[in-house]
Amino acid sequence: MKRELRVDPTACSGHGLCAELLPELITLDEWGYPIVARGLVPRSLDRHVRRAVTDCPVLALKLLPAS
Amino acid sequence: MTYGTTVPYPAPSPGPQDRARTAPAGTASEAPDLPRLLPVHGAVPVDLRTHLSRYGAPPYFGHPGKLIPVLKVAGLTGRGGAAFPVHRKLQAVGEARTRPVVIGNGAEGEPASDKDKSLLWISPHLVLDGLQLAAEAVGSEAVGLYVHRNARLQERLRAAVAERAAARADLAPVEIIDAPPRFLAGEESALASRISGQPAMPRFKPPRVFERGVVGRPTLVHNVETLAHMALIARYGPAWFRSVGTRDEPGSMLCTVHQADGRRGVVETGLGTPLRDLLQLEGTQAVLSGGYHGAWVPSADAAHMTLSNEDLKAAGGFVGAGVLVALPAGRCGIAETARVARYLALESAGQCGPCFNGLPRIAAALDEVASPRPDPRAVTDMIRWAALVEGRGACHHPDGTTRFVRSALHVFREEIRNHSAGRCVDPAREPFLPLPADTALDAADWS
Repeated sequence: MKRELRVDPTACSGHGLCAELLPELITLDEWGYPIVARGLVPRSLDRHVRRAVTDCPVLALKLLPAS
Repeated sequence: MTYGTTVPYPAPSPGPQDRARTAPAGTASEAPDLPRLLPVHGAVPVDLRTHLSRYGAPPYFGHPGKLIPVLKVAGLTGRGGAAFPVHRKLQAVGEARTRPVVIGNGAEGEPASDKDKSLLWISPHLVLDGLQLAAEAVGSEAVGLYVHRNARLQERLRAAVAERAAARADLAPVEIIDAPPRFLAGEESALASRISGQPAMPRFKPPRVFERGVVGRPTLVHNVETLAHMALIARYGPAWFRSVGTRDEPGSMLCTVHQADGRRGVVETGLGTPLRDLLQLEGTQAVLSGGYHGAWVPSADAAHMTLSNEDLKAAGGFVGAGVLVALPAGRCGIAETARVARYLALESAGQCGPCFNGLPRIAAALDEVASPRPDPRAVTDMIRWAALVEGRGACHHPDGTTRFVRSALHVFREEIRNHSAGRCVDPAREPFLPLPADTALDAADWS
């Protein structure tokens, strides 16, 4: 299944963990909130993606079916 | 020529003399030309008896789904701003496995818009007919009308609902729900939160409201004007609906028109009407279309455009919910936009980091650009922040705000050069664009 990474911005409080765990796809803006690369998540990053999703302290990072 | 009628809002207090001014009853089979939604004399609420003698009883189909192909042929799109095809929403909700909820959206949080309040005040039964027909089409028995916080309007609607219940005109009972006076209160997911007992704040999608909305049930939300069109299409058919408007954007719509001399009124007009027929453009510099999430267009360009997304989208704007403002020459478009941008920043629900952080900074930078000899970094900062907030909210508030601000930077670029030289076209800065007195201070203001 094709999936994309999205942040629920109402849940995100800018911990920034995701950008440390997944710098390939996530950077932080000047206020500390994640900017997620658009597009499909490459298979090769699967393990890191899952880690970033489960380690978000407020579970704001989501792996969703591609829209 | 412009069609339709100018309607003042707040509507004048109904008195005994209004009864005599109520429209003479036509025959039920008479399909109105224009105006369709607002009776010609305006301002006098239409009671159920007058409504029924003019339009006849709502033509229930006796079965869910039957209205949907009719609406598809009519080509009706949502009149709340997004212009989404109405039949597709009905189809999606009608196919849900759980019984859906149907809500008429009359929150109208846009400070420059009066059309929904005017329609609800003057023609409540058209909206309520549409609500019943929509509920029948998707097989719903949970029906509500979400209405701008105005005690007289809500009281009038409760009376209309009671009138209908007594006359057994409805298939499902209708609940009137109060919408807090917030810019975003009518955003679909904010509406669903409010009706579910939470503050009227937008939430993250998915799930979309048509999948999981009010108390987790699939929810059909239509703007009240959309519902009124539905009530007439069900009676007079798609060909009648399409006899006004353009091929791609059929039908009529309500517009709240703000003239440069300060006059403000609601008119009904066909899509495709030249903007110069709706607004007096002489002595103006720019037109705002689509409200405070919309875009400025120079008057010289607006003079060649029609009220259509085809024309307005090419200029970065859109028809939206039909707010049109003509900004007089001699006013500072940057100062006007800065004032509204500050309001929009304060109306952020504050839930999403980029919007919460970015919008106040964008507003402050625009304030700087509105001041004499502004810091030249203000514009570049603003453009960077605009790019940082776009597409990063749970709703379209950041995107709409930057659309509005970006269009001002472009259309009023001459005025920005003036400010750099220490001059302004309007040093007096009397406010022109309408804004409410209060903005949200804490969570209680969203309930």
